[in-house]
Amino acid sequence: MGQFSPTPHDPDARGHFGPWGGRFVPEALIAAVDELATEYDKARVDPDFVNEFQRLLKDFAGRPSLLTEAPKFAEHAGTRVFLKREDLNHTGSHKINNVLGQALLTKRMGKKRVIAETGAGQHGVATATACALLGLDCVVYMGEVDTERQALNVARMRLLGAEVIPVKSGSRTLKDAINEALRDWVTNVDETHYLLGTAAGPHPFPLLVRDFHRIIGIEAREQILEKAGRLPDAVVACVGGGSNAIGIFHGFIDDADVRLIGVEPGGSGLDSGSHGATLTAGTPGSLHGAMSYVMQDEDGQITEAHSISAGLDYPGVGPEHSHLKDIGRAEYFPVTDAEAMEAFALLSRTEGIIPAIESSHALAGALKLGPSLGQDGLLVVNLSGRGDKDMDTAVKYFGLADGGQA
Amino acid sequence: MSLADVFATARAESRAALVGYLPAGFPTVSGSKGYLRSMIDSGCDLLEIGLPFSDPVIDGPTIQAAAEQALSAGFRVRDLFDVVSSVADAGGRAVVMTYWNPVLRYGVDAFARDLAAAGGLGMITPDLIPDEADDWMAASEAHGLDRIFLVAPSSTSERIAMTARASSGFLYATAVMGVTGARDVVSSEAPELVARVREHTSIPVGVGLGVRSGAQAAEIAGFADGVIVGSAFVSAVAEGDSAVRALAADLAKGVRSAAAAV
Repeated sequence: MGQFSPTPHDPDARGHFGPWGGRFVPEALIAAVDELATEYDKARVDPDFVNEFQRLLKDFAGRPSLLTEAPKFAEHAGTRVFLKREDLNHTGSHKINNVLGQALLTKRMGKKRVIAETGAGQHGVATATACALLGLDCVVYMGEVDTERQALNVARMRLLGAEVIPVKSGSRTLKDAINEALRDWVTNVDETHYLLGTAAGPHPFPLLVRDFHRIIGIEAREQILEKAGRLPDAVVACVGGGSNAIGIFHGFIDDADVRLIGVEPGGSGLDSGSHGATLTAGTPGSLHGAMSYVMQDEDGQITEAHSISAGLDYPGVGPEHSHLKDIGRAEYFPVTDAEAMEAFALLSRTEGIIPAIESSHALAGALKLGPSLGQDGLLVVNLSGRGDKDMDTAVKYFGLADGGQA
Repeated sequence: MSLADVFATARAESRAALVGYLPAGFPTVSGSKGYLRSMIDSGCDLLEIGLPFSDPVIDGPTIQAAAEQALSAGFRVRDLFDVVSSVADAGGRAVVMTYWNPVLRYGVDAFARDLAAAGGLGMITPDLIPDEADDWMAASEAHGLDRIFLVAPSSTSERIAMTARASSGFLYATAVMGVTGARDVVSSEAPELVARVREHTSIPVGVGLGVRSGAQAAEIAGFADGVIVGSAFVSAVAEGDSAVRALAADLAKGVRSAAAAV
């Protein structure tokens, strides 16, 4: 089964996963999303495109990424744990898979300018990287709050030749960066591709972003069979918009005995109201172009998400996750900021791997889940990114600058 | 009086209809009622009442700021129907312009029911395309409301034809590719888009996005059935009631100074 083969889980022709997904965008953008869908349909069966994409994944991004057993971390989880090492990809996260794919599509469409949104900066850095590689102009919208908490990534993007525009509207975080990117796109759509960073947005984005990340699950399935001799009991991934999760889930979606588990940002706890657990605590709505679970008040105003992780700080989620939740194929639960930071420190200390705070949510999920599986259990955790970008947060959280110890 | 009557009346007077936009609750609920009343008195044929939304992706800075101000002043969706009622009570005609999520949350049928009960005539839905509008088609039929969908310069002929078939009252043609906000010149894409629309439908066509002066209104009135003005009214509110009245009067003069399109 190739990465781009149609699956029984694809949306209908208009992008619906059950009642979710679709296209809730201005008419002015329909021509562009139609063009993108048409181009992707051609590209996914074009050997030249597929080969070029796979060449870039191998020779530029460094795939396949490793599957590493984490025995000392596993002692704390009470079950056997393997880590899918997306943190080892070029630019430090899974995001590179999708940006290389979409940047190649941009060139196929004859467009020369790329815009993107970013929260933590991982997608922005990956996009700026792909644009530098492929000779595309790049503009990244980033909430002003995020430019402050991820200043290093702003510098990386600028070094790579991208223009970074701080977004000062609304909550000045990821959702507002997406709003501003959509405004740019509707104005400059002729020459511009919007390189959306997660498996959300109007059709065909949830489909193609997922497909570009399916490589994670395809590799992980082969690797775990080779290393452990069997399929895992569960695959665990963090879910903000949900791109790394949907990518690894799809490698196992037809293995009915493998549980698919998405871990959401619980912030200060669900009761506090200060969190980003869209699937756990949200309600159906349309945001940024698709029907999905969203965080909203009783008037349908979108509420602000809160997470210690800028990359999970989003009040929406990809529509396929809403579908997988509804049909019961995937399970979702939150972990708090504190639980994620504990897992962040634990993996660093026990295995010598500093994970992204996003990925630390998946690790915290594994720590919660592990005891129920027992010593004979087997977990694959998607380590979606590395934690270098999060050192400022860690320094403050653990007081590391004052001689503190995590 | 229905939307069809609004445009028929203007057409009978060999002019375009003037459609003025203001968000409900901007700057406050009672303030918006007063300004809308001034817009009626000064020559707006139809009021387009915006529902302030947290994530207005097709609005430029002026309307974004107005929506934020309304929401931080405590605007609630139920206030919208109150504002619509006040326009209807004053003899004005009103449609609502809203992003789709607040309608979904309220319940599509309940929203249509309450809008109709308040005296509203229809709804403009900038992020709802007919392809996704089954619930709204049914609710608008059930409650006798007009459906105003949008077409854009990038719309294909097939989509223009389909969108026109799904629409009633009038069709909203976005004059430029972009977000709302006043502009200095009328887009050259607008007349071409209206001409393309007329190949497919006899429904009235309103043109919006970027209009702010009587001269621009006159230019658009030369080829469209309605001239839609939004951000300029929002900006005028900052200068007070006399500025709102002066703008409406200037625009009303503009829509009367061009030969009617059809």
